[in-house]
Amino acid sequence: MPVFSDPANFDAYVSGFMWILKMTGASAALALVLGVLLAGMRVSPVPVLRWFGAAWVNIFRNTPLTLIIFFCYFGLYATLTISLSDDLILNNFWLGVVGLSVYTAAFVCEALRSGINTVPPGQAEAARAIGLTFSQTLRIVVLPQAGRAVIAPLGSVLIALCKNSTIVGTIGLLEASNIMKQLINDNGDQVILIFLVFAGTFAAVLIPVGYFFGWLANRLAVKR
Amino acid sequence: MVASDTTQEPLIVLDKVNKFFGDLHVLRDVDLSVGRGEVVVVIGPSGSGKSTLCRAINRLETISSGQITFDGDALPAEGRALARLRSDVGMVFQSFNLFAHKTILENVTLGPIKVRKEKPEEARKRGMALLERVGIANQAEKYPAQLSGGQQQRAAIARALAMQPKAMLFDEPTSALDPEMVGEVLDVMTSLARDGMTMVVVTHEMGFARHAANRVVFMADGQLVEQAEPGEFFANPRSDRAKDFLSKILTH
Repeated sequence: MPVFSDPANFDAYVSGFMWILKMTGASAALALVLGVLLAGMRVSPVPVLRWFGAAWVNIFRNTPLTLIIFFCYFGLYATLTISLSDDLILNNFWLGVVGLSVYTAAFVCEALRSGINTVPPGQAEAARAIGLTFSQTLRIVVLPQAGRAVIAPLGSVLIALCKNSTIVGTIGLLEASNIMKQLINDNGDQVILIFLVFAGTFAAVLIPVGYFFGWLANRLAVKR
Repeated sequence: MVASDTTQEPLIVLDKVNKFFGDLHVLRDVDLSVGRGEVVVVIGPSGSGKSTLCRAINRLETISSGQITFDGDALPAEGRALARLRSDVGMVFQSFNLFAHKTILENVTLGPIKVRKEKPEEARKRGMALLERVGIANQAEKYPAQLSGGQQQRAAIARALAMQPKAMLFDEPTSALDPEMVGEVLDVMTSLARDGMTMVVVTHEMGFARHAANRVVFMADGQLVEQAEPGEFFANPRSDRAKDFLSKILTH
């Protein structure tokens, strides 16, 4: 593998995937928190909250991620001058994380909401009957069971998030796909090899992730 | 059996309660009062509104008009006040509804810890005593799906008792059970009745109505048709609806 035996290229390859990992990690955490809140809103008895949750899902789920990332850069940063870091690279990173999170949260919310539908209504009734408030019922009884029911779909959302993070390359972050493009530009004779190495790296990481979530889903399944 | 105390104001009062499901009029001007320590068994054909009546008492079912008073206060409409009321009214469901992701002991201690803010250790000690009382202390660490129906229902009774409720509502507690498990649940309920718990029991168990109830209430078509002491009701039902109902269930 002549391209990757050059230490500079190899370092670029590693740092590209490190950005992918960091974006995936940060966005997954944010999207999970946002998604849980949104799912709570969508089933809440307060109409304004339900409306807000539905609006969020409908807007972000139906807008191409590229547009959202562009908006974060050109809208939030360039026009509204909202800067998330003094460091230019970190600023791009965090703008990307914001875009990925608000987008992915819509999918997390919908996965959880379908999970809530698998929890028998009697569970929430029993919770209310012993005097739990709405938010306690949701937090202690409904969401834990809903979450366990949708671990596998959430795994798919995580895998999609990881691959989607390459789109942040469009606003200048040197993540894996950007690095790949550079390497291809510089080494026109090894295009196929470069492509296979990058695609293979994604597959090597994500295939086990998929199996892990499948295993976890079985392990944590609620027996009824 | 502790006789109902009629000198005090009743614990539960339903006044002209009406309930519609769309066009369906499921409760029609229902008046009912339940005294402290009284055991009222509600019977009647399917679809007569008896479950709805039971569920309306802790507002799992809202009512369309009329008023329900519990322990002197009108039922709160929503929010924390309603949650507080529910914590004082134990409910046992036909389908048990134990929290599927929690152990039996956790099911019993959840309310005391989260609602009553009891110390976990204290709650566990009381919870184990309650499980002992309903005869399933050895199942404390298992999950609901690992228990038989009768055991689950006894755990559900323990869960309701853990809140030290002022009254207990039973919504067809034995209807989902295999026949050989009905007895163990009725035994627990009978001992509760004997200990003076205020109980409203919707059931098809006429034997239980006969020996544990202070009063039998017969419902049909959303109306409260007839109420009497169990001996009186089973021997001399006055209304035609009740006679018809009893003739259908007691001939076998």
